[in-house]
Amino acid sequence: MDFLTCLIIIPILTVFAILFCKNNKQVRLVSAIGMTFQLIQSIHLVIRYLFERRLGNTAEVLFQKDYLWFESLNIHYSIGVDGVAVAMILLTGIVIFCGIFASWNVQYLSREFFISLILLSTGVFGFFISLDLFTMFLFYEIAVIPMYLLIGIWGSGPKEYSAMKLTLMLMGGSALLLVGILGIYFNSAAGGGSLTFNILEISKTHIPLSSQYLFFPLTFIGFGVLGALFPFHTWSPDGHASAPTAVSMLHAGVLMKLGGYGCYKIAIFLLPDAARELGWIFIVLTGISVIYGAFGAVVKKDLKYINAYSSVSHCGLVLFGLLMLNKTAMTGAILQMVSHGLMCALFFGLIGMIYGRTHTRMIDEMGGVMKVLPFLSVAYVICGLASLGLPGLSGFVAEMSILVGAFQHPDFFHRVATIIACASIVVTAVYILRAVGIMLLGPIINKEYLGLKDATWEERLTIITFIIAIAGVGIAPLWLSDMIGSSLQIVIDRF
Amino acid sequence: MQFDFSYTIWIVLIPFLAFLFTGIFGGKLKPFISGLIGTAGLFISFSLSVITAYRYFFEIEKTSGAFQKIIAHNTVWLKFSENLHVDLGVLLDPISIMMLIVITLISLMVHIYSLGYMKGDAGFSRFFTFLSLFSFSMLGLVVATNIFQMYIFWELVGVSSYLLIGYYYEKPSAVSAAKKAFIVTRFADLGFLIGILLLSYTTGTFDFLTLTDTGGTAILQGSGVPFLGMSTMTWALLLIFMGGAGKSAMFPLHVWLPDAMEGPTPVSALIHAATMVVAGVYLVARLFPLFVFSAPNALEIVGYVGGISSLFAAIIACTQIDIKRILAYSTMSQIGYMMLALGVSGYGGENGLGFMASMFHLFTHAMFKALLFLGAGSIIHAVHSNNFSDMGNLRKFLPVTHITFLIACFAISGIPPFAGFFSKDEILVAAFEHNKILFFIEFAVAGLTAFYMFRLYFNVFWGKETHYHSTPHESPFTMTIPLIFLSIASIGVGFIPFNELVTSDAKPFEILTHWDIAVPSVAMAIVGISTAMLFYKKENSISTVVVSFLGKFYRVALNKFYFDELYLLITKKIVFRFISEPIAVFDKKVIDGAMNGIAAITNFSSEKIKGMQSGQLQHYAFAFVSGAVVIALILLYLIEK
Repeated sequence: MDFLTCLIIIPILTVFAILFCKNNKQVRLVSAIGMTFQLIQSIHLVIRYLFERRLGNTAEVLFQKDYLWFESLNIHYSIGVDGVAVAMILLTGIVIFCGIFASWNVQYLSREFFISLILLSTGVFGFFISLDLFTMFLFYEIAVIPMYLLIGIWGSGPKEYSAMKLTLMLMGGSALLLVGILGIYFNSAAGGGSLTFNILEISKTHIPLSSQYLFFPLTFIGFGVLGALFPFHTWSPDGHASAPTAVSMLHAGVLMKLGGYGCYKIAIFLLPDAARELGWIFIVLTGISVIYGAFGAVVKKDLKYINAYSSVSHCGLVLFGLLMLNKTAMTGAILQMVSHGLMCALFFGLIGMIYGRTHTRMIDEMGGVMKVLPFLSVAYVICGLASLGLPGLSGFVAEMSILVGAFQHPDFFHRVATIIACASIVVTAVYILRAVGIMLLGPIINKEYLGLKDATWEERLTIITFIIAIAGVGIAPLWLSDMIGSSLQIVIDRF
Repeated sequence: MQFDFSYTIWIVLIPFLAFLFTGIFGGKLKPFISGLIGTAGLFISFSLSVITAYRYFFEIEKTSGAFQKIIAHNTVWLKFSENLHVDLGVLLDPISIMMLIVITLISLMVHIYSLGYMKGDAGFSRFFTFLSLFSFSMLGLVVATNIFQMYIFWELVGVSSYLLIGYYYEKPSAVSAAKKAFIVTRFADLGFLIGILLLSYTTGTFDFLTLTDTGGTAILQGSGVPFLGMSTMTWALLLIFMGGAGKSAMFPLHVWLPDAMEGPTPVSALIHAATMVVAGVYLVARLFPLFVFSAPNALEIVGYVGGISSLFAAIIACTQIDIKRILAYSTMSQIGYMMLALGVSGYGGENGLGFMASMFHLFTHAMFKALLFLGAGSIIHAVHSNNFSDMGNLRKFLPVTHITFLIACFAISGIPPFAGFFSKDEILVAAFEHNKILFFIEFAVAGLTAFYMFRLYFNVFWGKETHYHSTPHESPFTMTIPLIFLSIASIGVGFIPFNELVTSDAKPFEILTHWDIAVPSVAMAIVGISTAMLFYKKENSISTVVVSFLGKFYRVALNKFYFDELYLLITKKIVFRFISEPIAVFDKKVIDGAMNGIAAITNFSSEKIKGMQSGQLQHYAFAFVSGAVVIALILLYLIEK
């Protein structure tokens, strides 16, 4: 079978296998096995990709396959990956693998839970390997819809409200996106020939400037909603707060990356002139996201809200980097997606684990957790340090690439925006250390905590996997940044 | 004779390996084993540093009379673009080798000392893990081959400092001190980062050798485009200096240092006295040619910041009673001296006297300040208190601590032949030649220094004996050996001919003894000591009389000029109340409100128009016909026109 299609087949097979399971234990075992294969397949993909490149294969995308499935509109199942997609697939593989272990103890309707979770990941994998706009959009919707069920059924707090808000806002984004995609489609034959949804073919033609002006904002905002672009970020805090642990992990870790990836792959890559001319509007918005999210997190008391706002800030930096339209900053933006995906997923995982023990997410109701839950607390501190950009962990590499790249921009405006975005490194330190200080350190204020048990084996597995990935990227970033950077060259050449 | 210096990478890596090993297996090892692993690692690093220093200074040949800069190791770590890449490597030149010696020596002493001091502590193994992490980061910082590598290790040093200040994490004061230290220095690092961005934008490189090449292009650039009255280069260097000022606790970014004394005392000795806090001085020294040739204004500001800090801290130190805080302010004051020395220095030959004096003082200060802190640790170990009001007449209980502490007090006061005399004298000479205002500030500070150190000394070791819960006893030999070793160093290192080894252009030059400055400054120190002796050796009321005479000024100094309050105002009131909370409200009300509003409008309008879907034919027919009529009328109107 086709190498990339495996990434979709494995989850689907897992879903079928789950249908035949008899009880909880079997369900989670089957899920774990399936997603372990998926992780192995993702790592395998990275290795094969790097190997092919080393052999001197300089094609735009590798492992390309193309099947026509809807002839009258020229829609293909067209797949292939570049360095960026490979990085994203690796990220998704890690997050879904850990997500399964983080939901180890879901009891209520566990079969349906795991099915939705894995279906969601299928959509994500499909999205990253697609080269056809329509198929990509299809996978995008597959990834977004199960979210409604996952939050609405297995969530906590005002879950119906949050689920509805999230889904409606993302659907609103999708509506803009659909118009944008169709707009691109109907302009795709500008150079003669037939209309096409194929991204690589569209990138060879030159879409008329007036259409670009119209459709760039639509696609950028459409994906930007998912990427928590100010002021369309407001689904994120409520959604994360109500979602069950694994869903938060997957959502922050992977789903929000669809937004950034879409902005890069569709809005910027296909509509480069508009991106150059209109970029400043979105630079202002993303700049606001970065600062606004960080300050928003400073006063929050609920751990999930802190992280949700922190995500707004970090994802703002992703879009900010992309809009700088130079190789360094864009590489940094993709790295930031990987880095944020890993650490935010770990954060939400840890919050779930801590909540499972203390039954509160309010930092001021906890205190001295370090003493009773050393493993979880140390992991939380490491994750926090990654988030505030400590060298040696992934966040630093990403942020620095974005900031250095952005500052090389010849325009004064961009450099000033960069300096403003830099300020977030201080504010990030404030909210991270505040949470760590109040929640983990200090004396134990609740005597009942003395009997708490530290991480179980599946939790340790989740945490250690993430930390290895975060430190791996942080200590040896060169291969990843090279892999991403060389694939970005064709995007840069369009400006 | 040429040597291969590539082994020097191990000086940095060994503490890192010790950190990884004790960090991962720390829980399973016996605590004492973790301590020994860390200490052994540092011992190897120290030996390698000494060998390197010996080879570098005495065995390799100089090129045209100057010590060469040797890149012993360099690997590309991250590539931003063709020119801008971050390398990790080892740069050997006189100042980096001097720093290697300082760091590994003091760190080794502190490791040995901590084996005794931290004995029986629940976090013994964690303590040594963090110490190894710190040593690794600090060593990586000083051997940096490019400014970005320095920034990387700069941040790592900051986080090790955070972890060690907050070592007693169950103590709320330690937790908040750690947080404060990290955030204040992070704020300063923001300046550093922007400075790096500006610098790399104007010069197109991170590399130190290219940046500081006196005949190179980097130095000539950036003076062209002025912004707010200063050239880009001046701005860049000032922002970078802001990072240095934060780490080195220079006024007004000093507020974290006194609080940092919440950490265990050996940590204060290592990080907050001898090594990390001088990183700012080292940073300026590292970029010194750039400062001199492309931004002399910035260098002047460095000098004034140093001068103000040293006076400011010395005044506060005279009023405090917590022995560690006094030492902290004293550190700030002495680092002020070093900054000032850089600020009044020129480049090359005798013009570079200030540079050489600054490095010299950094070296001697590391010895006697570490000694003072370790001595203070020994005192605290004996009486379990930080305040000297709980101490008195300790000299008969702690003889070794007493003698070594006295040596350190003489050294810091600048009494010959102790080490501080030589380095401080060079600083005063350099200041006298370049800037008379700064000279007189430093001259006054010399007296104040002697006064507050001997105020501390007499209060602790002389004066009235207080009632102790248990009789204080001398510390174990693991603690006294480092004290003795460092006190020997505090006497001996003043005789090292720095003018032949560590100079601004790496070429030796002649120095003359300036008796006209040395004699008055020693006299000043003796006046300080005598005053302290008069006030505090025997119990008397002179000091209270003086305090009431000074009145308000004393209270202001006692409250550290209200800088802590100022910072609280900024963080609590401005950042929290006027930025973060309004944003939270805005988010809730306006943005969320808008989304909910859209939802409500949708709901509302569907409620309203659902009546239209009545299912009754006559309604539909009516709507259809009237619609058709309206359209027809519009069409008619348009055609008419």
